[in-house]
Amino acid sequence: MNPRSPRRRRAGAILVGLLAIASVAACGGADPQPADSAASAAPAEGVTVTMWTRAATQAQSERLVAAYNKGHKNQVKMTVIPTDNYQPRIAAAAGAKQLPDIFASDVIFVPNYTSQGLFLDITDRINALPFKDKLAPSHMKLGTLDGRQYTLPHTLDLSVWFWNKDLYSKAGLDPEKGPTTLKEFAEQATTVDEKLGQDGKVSGTFFGGNCGGCYVFTFWPSVWASGGQVMNPEGTTSLNDQPAMTNVFNIYKDLYAKGITGATAKEEQGPTWTGFFPKGGIGVMPMPSTTLGLMPKDMKVGVAPIAGPDGGESTFVGGDSVGISSTTENADAAWEFLSWSVSDEAQVEVMAKNKDVLARTDLSDNKYSAEDPRVVLINSLVAKGQTPYALRFGQTYNDPQGPWLRLAREAVFGDPGKVAQLNTDITKSLQQ
Amino acid sequence: MTVITRRDGQAVRATSPAPPSWWRTRGAQGWLYAAPTALIVGVLFLAPLVLIVWMSLNRWPLLGQAHFNAPDNYTKIADNPLFLDAVGFTLKYTVITTVLLSVVALGLALLVQERRPGIGFFRTAFFLPGAVGFASAALLFYGLLNNDFGPIDPILRTLGIIDEPVKWTGTPNMALFSTITLVIWRFAGFNMLILLTGLQAIPVEVYEAARSDGANRLQIFTRITLPLLRPTIALMLILSITGSLLAFDQFFIFTNGGPDNSTVSMVMVVYRDAFFRFDLGGAAALSVVLLVALVALNALQMRVLRRSN
Repeated sequence: MNPRSPRRRRAGAILVGLLAIASVAACGGADPQPADSAASAAPAEGVTVTMWTRAATQAQSERLVAAYNKGHKNQVKMTVIPTDNYQPRIAAAAGAKQLPDIFASDVIFVPNYTSQGLFLDITDRINALPFKDKLAPSHMKLGTLDGRQYTLPHTLDLSVWFWNKDLYSKAGLDPEKGPTTLKEFAEQATTVDEKLGQDGKVSGTFFGGNCGGCYVFTFWPSVWASGGQVMNPEGTTSLNDQPAMTNVFNIYKDLYAKGITGATAKEEQGPTWTGFFPKGGIGVMPMPSTTLGLMPKDMKVGVAPIAGPDGGESTFVGGDSVGISSTTENADAAWEFLSWSVSDEAQVEVMAKNKDVLARTDLSDNKYSAEDPRVVLINSLVAKGQTPYALRFGQTYNDPQGPWLRLAREAVFGDPGKVAQLNTDITKSLQQ
Repeated sequence: MTVITRRDGQAVRATSPAPPSWWRTRGAQGWLYAAPTALIVGVLFLAPLVLIVWMSLNRWPLLGQAHFNAPDNYTKIADNPLFLDAVGFTLKYTVITTVLLSVVALGLALLVQERRPGIGFFRTAFFLPGAVGFASAALLFYGLLNNDFGPIDPILRTLGIIDEPVKWTGTPNMALFSTITLVIWRFAGFNMLILLTGLQAIPVEVYEAARSDGANRLQIFTRITLPLLRPTIALMLILSITGSLLAFDQFFIFTNGGPDNSTVSMVMVVYRDAFFRFDLGGAAALSVVLLVALVALNALQMRVLRRSN
């Protein structure tokens, strides 16, 4: 056949056309780190902005949006996305340039999103806020890249120990005295399990043993409380093979080996790990502070800071940050909602009223906080806790196929001798 | 030139008929008939295919400019132990699933082959799981086999079959066994239907002739049914193997790749690279490799089957 037959020429022309389409698509992207060009413009009225948030902090986001919509001409239309699906949805939307006007994000993913250019630079707008220095420092730090700021704190979710006062009484423990060290935590869990766990309906403690995010949220505060660190400040070297971490692993490993934890702790993938405590079957366990308001009304719950093996106090300052997407055309209307969400009115009358942790340190002493000393305690931990920084946090620590989950499971359920080798895999992942 | 005379006697000049315009030719009509399909294939298959190949040759951020970096996205596949493990696991899963699914589907098809009272009920019952969306089926099994709230463990305990909860996804082997059970439950009825059409296409006279020649049931099955069913089995095998190599939903939803990355399929790695690691170029390269391997495998299958036919 003639190599340049009409059929081949036509096929070649089609291929060239498709390649041209692909090339245009490839070159049509927006510049990363877009600047906010309309910082001083007055917000338009009657605009509806779209917002995405994840299910884990749905309740807080819904309250804020409902209160905002009630008192403003601009409206926020919120979409809640399942937590496990949130990252892929953001990635797919960004790739298609279909991000909402506003999107919240688990604070630990913010550095990655910022480096990918997903958020609008709002440094000038933040600088104009009279309380800019009072915004939750850990969230603000992770929303800053090269001196420019991209996000505001949206919701704060701290890890703390909850204990069930009724089970403590039945087990002969002092119901008003929670654990002050990780060793005490283990002793009290063991007592509850031994005294009340015969029928299998009560367990001493529980944790998400097949969930990377659960481990970092609940185990790392014990490392920080004992003065240790889990990574270098740049988030590029893992220190999870150091004694500060392995001592914590060993205590939980012992609890699991003795059957003090719930039977399914090893298999718990994350979606249901906080569901056991409210049912009244767990003595003491690490929990997210945002679940305090969701506990049954008749349940007596004690709250204590997470401690290290021999004492200290710390917490994982988690939760969400929120920013304006870099592809939005409604930056002013979006900022109107964002700036309102950290105002005195929103923080006190929406967040504090519902026992949520505040995004501003200057408002922790307010008319609602005094009603519940547990809320005062949780608010006070914001300054003592940490939010670890790493550009590759999600793929390293949260991803079920990431290296951290393998290390944690070997340390708690398998062969701790493999921890050193697996720790090098974590460092490798952090440096990719 | 031709001269013709009209009825009124006046002569007029006429020319020979002009050739039909291009769009009236047979070739053009063929193009027009094919155009809708060609458009769909072009937009929904060829264009994405070209784009994915182009992506695989670039560092492709979520937003912003792509940078040509070929062949980095391909060379780094060899350094991806998760993908290499996933290749081994997916092949193992494909072999086990294909064999078990074929045996169960063939068994079901033979059971409901003959028309008898009530057979419609069984055919419907066997096929019904196929009407459930696969993601929904995976979520259903997640709930049924969950140790904390699933009903299967309590039922088995009440019946005295087990003493302690069975960790259905707690070990690599149990996770694989549970997933294969899910897949067989979901797809056996569909494959049964395919085989049933093949079985019913075999002329009854062939069976009657075999029986009159004194062939027993086993001989009829091995010498008549299986050979005449070969093209249908071939179709089922191609569908099963291709579907298994592209397995995603069942592992993503039901086992989440666990425990300890023991049930990570190849497509899960592609998904992870694209949407958790935001390495779109790397994920595109993995997709291209997977596509080439699948095309080669299907071509090989077709060749073997054609030769055996």
